[in-house]
Amino acid sequence: MATVFLKKAVNRIPSSPSWKLSLLRAHASEAQAQQVEPKARATSTPKTFQIYRWNPESPSKPELKSYEINLKECGPMVLDALIKIKNEIDPTLTFRRSCREGICGSCAMNIDGCNGLACLTKIPSSTEATTVTPLPHMFVIKDLVVDMTNFYNQYKSIEPWLKRKNPPENEGKEILQSKKDRAKLDGMYECILCACCSTSCPSYWWNPESYLGPAALLHANRWISDSRDEYTKERLEAVNDEFKLYRCHTILNCARACPKGLNPGKQIQHIKSLQPKA
Amino acid sequence: MAAPRGQRLSGMQKQVLSLYRGFLRAARSKSDEDRHKIESIVSEEFHRNSKEVDRKNFLYIEYLLRRGKKQLDQLKNPGTTGLSSLQVDLSKANN
Repeated sequence: MATVFLKKAVNRIPSSPSWKLSLLRAHASEAQAQQVEPKARATSTPKTFQIYRWNPESPSKPELKSYEINLKECGPMVLDALIKIKNEIDPTLTFRRSCREGICGSCAMNIDGCNGLACLTKIPSSTEATTVTPLPHMFVIKDLVVDMTNFYNQYKSIEPWLKRKNPPENEGKEILQSKKDRAKLDGMYECILCACCSTSCPSYWWNPESYLGPAALLHANRWISDSRDEYTKERLEAVNDEFKLYRCHTILNCARACPKGLNPGKQIQHIKSLQPKA
Repeated sequence: MAAPRGQRLSGMQKQVLSLYRGFLRAARSKSDEDRHKIESIVSEEFHRNSKEVDRKNFLYIEYLLRRGKKQLDQLKNPGTTGLSSLQVDLSKANN
């Protein structure tokens, strides 16, 4: 089977630095992630995982495949179980993962009907089977891997970088910010763009192309609220659109889904409150 | 996916044809040598899939369309100079 590759010339566009500078504080979900239940005496605790499988190379209908593992020989998180299944039972199982500590946002998936990061979600202790599927309403590339192109393009469309009209006062020096102004960014800068919020939003399901979604709007608000950014008005105008912004009906599934404990709905409300009243 | 002349095309067939056209158009912006290479790879890929893929396998065709669209977007980038293809023998890779 021929696979097509694209040759790239040397001149590459530098990637925006903005979402790499996140210093993390402790969050509720991470604290919860650290609690590991003490080991019981039984030597085997079987647990079944039903995992969504679809392989584009051998085209057939997608299916849920069952895998049984012994929880006694497995880490506490769903990601540990997935890695164990991939290592020991079925090496063809495909999923994204990287940091295994909730900072990269790669392993976002739908676990027992709730969006979350596999590395921060504990394996449910019930004996019933746990269902793992890709993020809802996203195009599947393979198994649990989804196509994030549209999501990233929407993030790009809000221009997530510092924009200035005047050059900084001290040439070659940082633009300073008061502690109070910095505090305004709390609850937004922690976002890791895992797409759990956007893909849990019914409004985003019906208008994924035109509605920006909670993640992108949260980042829009992050730059609107930044005291150093001088394009606040233009940014507000850019999102002031019936579809881009006002498809948010404060369903607040986003706040429920966010594995970092953020509330995108609140940030969207903040953008709405700054819009000029008609 | 090929339809006889005069037959009305389905929406998906139109999408496939417009994707093919998009590739040919993008190839025109590259150098002559690269252009011929791109055209031959692209036409080979489309012809092979038109024979191999069941025309009722919409799920897979939609997947191919999305993949093709993504590759076309990358090809349109002026920094991209050309296409190359790689022959992978799956039966050997899966030992």
